[in-house]
Amino acid sequence: MTDIAWVELALTAARPQALGALLRYFRDLDTAEEAFQEACLRAIKTWPDKGPPRDPTAWLIFVGRNSGIDVVRKRSKNDPLPEEEAFSDLSDAEGDMAERLDNSHYRDDILRLMFICCHPDLPATQQIALALRIVSGLSVAQIARAFLVGDSAMEQRITRAKARVAKAGVPFETPGPAERAERLGIVSAMIYLVFNEGYSAGITNPDSAAFCDEAIRLGRLLLRIFPAEPEIMGLLALMLLQHSRAKTRIDTNGQIVLLEDQDRSRWDSKLINEALALLDKAIRHRKPGPYQVQAAISALHARAPTPKDTDWKEITMLYGLLERIQPSPVVTLNKAVAVSKLEGPEAALDMIAPLAEKLDGYFYFHGVKGGLMMQAGRRPEAREAFDRAIALANSAAECAHIRQQIDKLGAVTPPAV
Amino acid sequence: MLYAILCYAHEETVFAWSKEEEDAVMARLIEVQTPYAQAGKLGPVGRLMPTTAATTVRKGKDEPLVLDGPFAETKEVLLGFYTLEVEALEEAVSFAKKLSAVNPGSSSYEIRPFYVFHPGEFKHSETKT
Repeated sequence: MTDIAWVELALTAARPQALGALLRYFRDLDTAEEAFQEACLRAIKTWPDKGPPRDPTAWLIFVGRNSGIDVVRKRSKNDPLPEEEAFSDLSDAEGDMAERLDNSHYRDDILRLMFICCHPDLPATQQIALALRIVSGLSVAQIARAFLVGDSAMEQRITRAKARVAKAGVPFETPGPAERAERLGIVSAMIYLVFNEGYSAGITNPDSAAFCDEAIRLGRLLLRIFPAEPEIMGLLALMLLQHSRAKTRIDTNGQIVLLEDQDRSRWDSKLINEALALLDKAIRHRKPGPYQVQAAISALHARAPTPKDTDWKEITMLYGLLERIQPSPVVTLNKAVAVSKLEGPEAALDMIAPLAEKLDGYFYFHGVKGGLMMQAGRRPEAREAFDRAIALANSAAECAHIRQQIDKLGAVTPPAV
Repeated sequence: MLYAILCYAHEETVFAWSKEEEDAVMARLIEVQTPYAQAGKLGPVGRLMPTTAATTVRKGKDEPLVLDGPFAETKEVLLGFYTLEVEALEEAVSFAKKLSAVNPGSSSYEIRPFYVFHPGEFKHSETKT
């Protein structure tokens, strides 16, 4: 690794905390971003010669704040100088430099930075793009490639999303416990969105696949600042477990490989072990939540050396728990799959029959239904469900996967008249 | 003398490495270790999971408290350790210098002499990196 590459990594790592602190000082995202940018330029100039400072983040905040103040003063040259109170915490800058950063401010700084990307008016894809730009510091070009749009289109999208955020106003007051918990939930969902974007779009686009790593990094960051939150442990464990199968869930032809057909020896044991450790920690809190339960289900797959060792009984139980905490037809559908392993396809088909209306537009519902029908020997109905699934497929890989199923089904004899 | 060599680093930075960067660093570190291993000087080497996976047991008023997270919340955290058996500190220092030279993520290696409490061998050494 060259010196510059090393400095860039350190800057990426410091970004959420440094930018979050600068946002608190300047109360304006553009000013904070410019100030951070300026601090990074100076770091690239000075660190390779002098070596990185002992606390790179504190250095960046200090330098960024000074340059930001200059900019704000220049901008308002014709206006009277801003009152000192216009910036918070400007007194005793030297003292601040020495101030340890793991004080009470910084976790709220990071949380705020993540939280402003989750404005409810912003559609999911914009939340993802904004978080990757602001919190992770990915370039517009990188994000554009991942979303398969041009740079200028993505630039516009991000600019519009930022304007939306600015208009809504950034919440600067320190949140109370209930508000903080709510923000944590919203931010967790956003991180999982980033992960899922990488997980699904990454099948065909390696630029999106990097989002999974980024989401995991954000998850680790969030857990580091809120170390005793079992749901964040669950979220991180869930992402690690899903990501541990990244190499095996798509074959060399870009085809989807089902969990039961994956080469388990190629699952990333390093990620699995970290996830299992996190899950053990989370369970001690005895406060189950949707991420923890989903991670626990995923962990049961990770623990099974072969598909036939899978503890379907426990998985069915966990889906039942998930149904109670977070009822959704998709959860019931997943539970039905587990039940089919224990009781056969007909029992599962009975369970999913009432979901047909709600999930009619959902690819996975018809795929599962077709699979169960096939197992039950109900070939024409299987074919019908698979055809419906193909019509609803979100990607070529999903389409190809269902076609394989249809091939397995063989030629369907038309029902006798 | 037995030495434990403890590697400290900025966790955020190390976990921002790409897979390629990570693999390249590991390859270089293994290259440094190999001669020591072949000379029978290298004991167990461990890489610690992220501090988010850590739990701390702290003395409480009545019974010990079990807390989430690492013992110390500092910017630099303990990331891994080597155990080395050498004649003198100088050799441990030279080993640590070599590790440091090939590892852009580490900022310090602490060299601490230790006694063998239990040489041990893991029955299930599944937790590999």
